[in-house]
Amino acid sequence: MAIENLRCKECGATYDLGAHFACENCFGPLEVAYDYSGLDPVEVKRKIQAGSQGIWRYADFLPFEGRPGDPLEPGLTPLVRADRLAERLGLDVELWIKNDAANPTHSFKDRVVAVAVAKARELGFETVACASTGNLANAVAAHAAAAGLGSYVFVPANLEEQKLLATGVYGTNLVGVRGNYDDVNRLCTQLAETRPWAFVNVNLRPYYAEGSKTLAYETAEQLGWQLPDRVVCPIASGSLFTKVGRGFQEWLDIGLLEGEQPVFNGAQAEGCSPVATAFAEGWDVCKPQRPDTIAKSLAIGDPADGPYAVEQARRTGGAIDSVSDEEIRDGISLLAETTGIFTETAGGVTVGVLKKLAERGAIGAGERVVVYITGEGLKTLDATRDRFRMHQIDPDLGSFESELAQEVTA
Amino acid sequence: MPVTVKIPTQLRAATDGQAEIEVEGANVGEVLDAVFEAHGTLRERITQDGDLRRFVNVYVSGEDIRFQDGLATKIDDGAEVTILPAVAGG
Repeated sequence: MAIENLRCKECGATYDLGAHFACENCFGPLEVAYDYSGLDPVEVKRKIQAGSQGIWRYADFLPFEGRPGDPLEPGLTPLVRADRLAERLGLDVELWIKNDAANPTHSFKDRVVAVAVAKARELGFETVACASTGNLANAVAAHAAAAGLGSYVFVPANLEEQKLLATGVYGTNLVGVRGNYDDVNRLCTQLAETRPWAFVNVNLRPYYAEGSKTLAYETAEQLGWQLPDRVVCPIASGSLFTKVGRGFQEWLDIGLLEGEQPVFNGAQAEGCSPVATAFAEGWDVCKPQRPDTIAKSLAIGDPADGPYAVEQARRTGGAIDSVSDEEIRDGISLLAETTGIFTETAGGVTVGVLKKLAERGAIGAGERVVVYITGEGLKTLDATRDRFRMHQIDPDLGSFESELAQEVTA
Repeated sequence: MPVTVKIPTQLRAATDGQAEIEVEGANVGEVLDAVFEAHGTLRERITQDGDLRRFVNVYVSGEDIRFQDGLATKIDDGAEVTILPAVAGG
């Protein structure tokens, strides 16, 4: 597939393949455009199957001529059946968990950063940077270290300690900004104007966002080149949600998949739900909010791809729901207890929304449902505190018997 | 009162390359009207039917005007108005 240019999603104006992200005519976001013509689906499939064990097996659908070098290749994460979770939710469906915590820095952000860092190198940048709610910070610091590039990582100063530690360890310049993510994002948009840096999610955003399509490709390939009937996916900026849709669409367009787009269900936290609110109110813009939720990785109060996420949920007959902090904690426990997968708060949001959909009968019998788990539980340990009791005994049999005898014989 | 308006890179073709413009105005709407008067093609680029386009963010001294009174947001003496494209990411 040939990569053509950057195209404005709002007005269609085109730009060269440089470090641009906003249209000069209308400020709309730019997106990479490809020429799909002349692709033989049989040949494409063969090439993918003979490819690497990660996202670069889909290099023909990423914004490069050929396959770039990548010492920390993410992707091909497990897609596992979750029959016991389905049973607990009273669902008679084929339920799958796409566990994207199984990436080099334990979140889906490795996919987008691998693409952005490869593009940064191609464009000749020596330093990469980002505005992050945490997972992106981990990924940028790690992939910059692997590629031998300098890095600056900007995060809200009050981020979870685990995410700060797991970023600083890579030797990056870690900058804690006294403000929320939207303040950090604004600051980085301003810095991108004067610093010669590749801000992966600002001036390289059109390329960066393409990395999320690989989650759709993998899902389809792991399902035996078939589409799910429904996906449940978290929404922060709305970029992942819309790019998973684009990934499925590209493969439908070239004839690699048959059928139609899955129903898209979006998941947000009540304490930061600008996209769910826009969906519920029927708006085509998202009114910004000041985030107050334990799901910090989803705490984007001004989601720039929100309008597109709303359109996608509507178009596919889906919805965008939100859950409380308590439902998020319950979601983390439910997933861990039924699948052995320990997710961070964002995954708790996603499972919480799955439960909500099950309770209101939105999921039909026999549907094939894929739930996207985008991050690792060890990054947000506080969310699991005080949710269980540890038995404490003395190192002798009597103490064990008196504490646990009843449970053991039961 | 004089207000400094910061112009992002993407719009500087419309301001003869200027990164900052000084205009007069008591609220954001008045300030933008004054900017459009000086640089006519900007109006169409960032507004549609009298409102800001959906990917245009405006800040008064770092604060998003959608958390204030929108285009009616008052501007204090010495305040700075910043226009930026909305950027997704996270």
